[in-house]
Amino acid sequence: MSTTGIIFSNLHDMSIADLTRKRTMASVPFGCRYRLIDFALSNMVNSGISDINVITHNNYRSLMDHLGSGKDWDLARRTGGLKVLPPFITAYSNDASALYTSRLEALKSIQGVVAGITADTVVLSDCDAICNIDLRKLIEYHNAEDADVTYAVKTVPLTAATSEHYNIVSSDENGNITDIIAHKKGVEGNFDVSINIWVFKRQYLQSSLLDAAAHGYTSFTHDIIGRSLTKQTFKAYRYDGFYANITSMADYYAINMSLLDPKNREALFKIKERPIYTKVRNSAPTKYVDGATVKNSLIADGCVIEGTVENSILFRGVRVGKNAVVKNAILFQDTQILSGAFVNCVIADKNVVVRNDVMLSGHPTMPLYIEKSKMI
Amino acid sequence: MYHKKECVAMLLAGGQGSRLYTLTEKTAKPAVPFGGKYRIIDFPLSNCVNSGIDTVGVLTQYQPLELNEYIGNGQAWDLDRTFGGVMVLPPYQGNKSADWYKGTANAIYQNLAFIDRYDPEYVLVLSGDHIYKMDYAAMLDFHKKTEADCTIAVLNVTLEEASRFGIMNTDDNGKIYEFEEKPAHPKSTKASMGIYMFNYKKLKQYLIEDENTEGSANDFGKNIIPNMLAAGESMYAYPFSGYWKDVGTVSSLWEANMDLLGENPVFNLHDRSWRIFSRTSASPAQFIGERGVIDNVLVSEGCEIMGTVKDSVLFNGVTVEEGATVTNSVVMGGVTIKAGTTVNNVIIAENTTVGANATIGDGTKPGDNITILGSDLSIPDGMVIGGGLLVNAEKLNELV
Repeated sequence: MSTTGIIFSNLHDMSIADLTRKRTMASVPFGCRYRLIDFALSNMVNSGISDINVITHNNYRSLMDHLGSGKDWDLARRTGGLKVLPPFITAYSNDASALYTSRLEALKSIQGVVAGITADTVVLSDCDAICNIDLRKLIEYHNAEDADVTYAVKTVPLTAATSEHYNIVSSDENGNITDIIAHKKGVEGNFDVSINIWVFKRQYLQSSLLDAAAHGYTSFTHDIIGRSLTKQTFKAYRYDGFYANITSMADYYAINMSLLDPKNREALFKIKERPIYTKVRNSAPTKYVDGATVKNSLIADGCVIEGTVENSILFRGVRVGKNAVVKNAILFQDTQILSGAFVNCVIADKNVVVRNDVMLSGHPTMPLYIEKSKMI
Repeated sequence: MYHKKECVAMLLAGGQGSRLYTLTEKTAKPAVPFGGKYRIIDFPLSNCVNSGIDTVGVLTQYQPLELNEYIGNGQAWDLDRTFGGVMVLPPYQGNKSADWYKGTANAIYQNLAFIDRYDPEYVLVLSGDHIYKMDYAAMLDFHKKTEADCTIAVLNVTLEEASRFGIMNTDDNGKIYEFEEKPAHPKSTKASMGIYMFNYKKLKQYLIEDENTEGSANDFGKNIIPNMLAAGESMYAYPFSGYWKDVGTVSSLWEANMDLLGENPVFNLHDRSWRIFSRTSASPAQFIGERGVIDNVLVSEGCEIMGTVKDSVLFNGVTVEEGATVTNSVVMGGVTIKAGTTVNNVIIAENTTVGANATIGDGTKPGDNITILGSDLSIPDGMVIGGGLLVNAEKLNELV
């Protein structure tokens, strides 16, 4: 059984608008050395999928830079491999809104590619979910049940404040999906939610896209799935590993911080046969100079630490000067905290410089975001 | 240029490195790990790439498996090229003869066909045993300017050290008039670094002559260089100043690792203008725990540090459990040091596990009496291993 992968790189960009102003959701940095797409890509590669299409929309330069030829994910292949699909707009259309706004439109925009797929199954994945899932099992289940579409779901506690960010998937005891409630506000309790990974029977994906084009459908959940709930076989597959979904800056901050707990690192990064791959940057090992104090922090290679770092996430090439204090912070690649500066609950984008003796502080529920290359 | 390269580098990587004991039991010396994430060979390879030399022959002989695997297609150094790139050159069986590499010169001689494919003007001969950063392009410029047939990079050493090296005696312009191998009474302090730039035509001529000379040791230092000098070829010493270290012994390997530490290290790996490339694996970031103490250390990705680490170099994926103390040591990839254990003045090779509450090494004089633990060992809980011991699997069986 062969499988092709499709990754949506831009959906959900709005949920962390600060971080996606100049990049795609897929290329948002995460966990010291990763970008969000690394999880979707690694999950596919580790499950033997080596033919992967990445659909882009806008701001995808940083994504192209990250992916390169795909060799870091072992996807620089003669057959298959990684294909980045830039937005497809017909010449002479003059229609600015030709760029897609929904998942279904994104798929319709690559109809030519989808029509050309010959694999038996197609796995679709977003980039906002951080998980390490064995897709082989999901695909096996899908095939064994002879399903048209299988949703990967995870049971999570929802609160009134968060429920609108999720699609709740109800299913019967045989795993048949009975209802999908999209983005409903004010739901509380434990529910199965879609982790935005689906397996499609190839023919069903192709025919439903043709259908959608013919009927002018625009919504994946309502039109493709909702309209056919009783006619087709739609299954839910429960995933029980690490799962985190980024719906806001506070979420983004909290999920990064959750990696300081060894249990979470174990579940996300240390599954032996399923490592998470990322672009190799070839930094030197991190150097801790005499007088550096570091507690409970996750630090990438290439840093030079001379000051104090506590409860923080440091990306590659960060420098913390003498007597500088970094607490509860997320510092992106090549950011510098000069000597005597103090930062707390801060998310500093790439190449930020916090100059000598500057003090900055946010709050865990509202971390202070400093944009790329800013000097303070 | 798809038919010609100006300069081809030939890297001698066949060294057994027997003075590194168990560290080179299963691997060639150039593949010995160094500096937290590198192997020794990364330094000459990165120097080549940074100097604009994109065609490198790596001559292997002793235990080549790990080295072959490590170099692969050269992609990590940007040496996967359609024309040129890095090529591993083991000894081979020819039409008329089959030989191991008999000496450094013979190794190059046997691969003249490889060099000929690129029709180079110059050939740079390097060894895979040293830690240094050097711009070979500047050396080539010097070589061209002096119109030399051979240029030898030299380092100024102290008079006492000079008797351990091949010494170049030169005139004021750097022209070599005499070469002395390990002289008892050195006349100069210009020590050969084992880095030679040749005009390829001349090199080829001397290699063929040497090969036809009965009883020759087929060695650059013993035969080729003295022969060229005797014949009156134009030979110059290219002065190099900067860090250069032969890591052929346990103590020099330890020292070279320690030279990377500190605020202003003797040898700086964080210099972005001259990056050292290496093959990197996909590990998550390093974690320093709530009770972790780190003081003057170099740490790589995948490490989990819950204990105390001082004045040490830690490679990829090292775990130091709570209450363990690591001082003045070099700990290679995948090593686990369990709770309550003390490690001082030790080099630990890859994937060894040191049990809980053990005491390894003697730290009374850092750098003296270094203890070595070989790779893939399981040191039992509570074990005491003293200073200066070289422990491989056999030795461990005796000790337990």
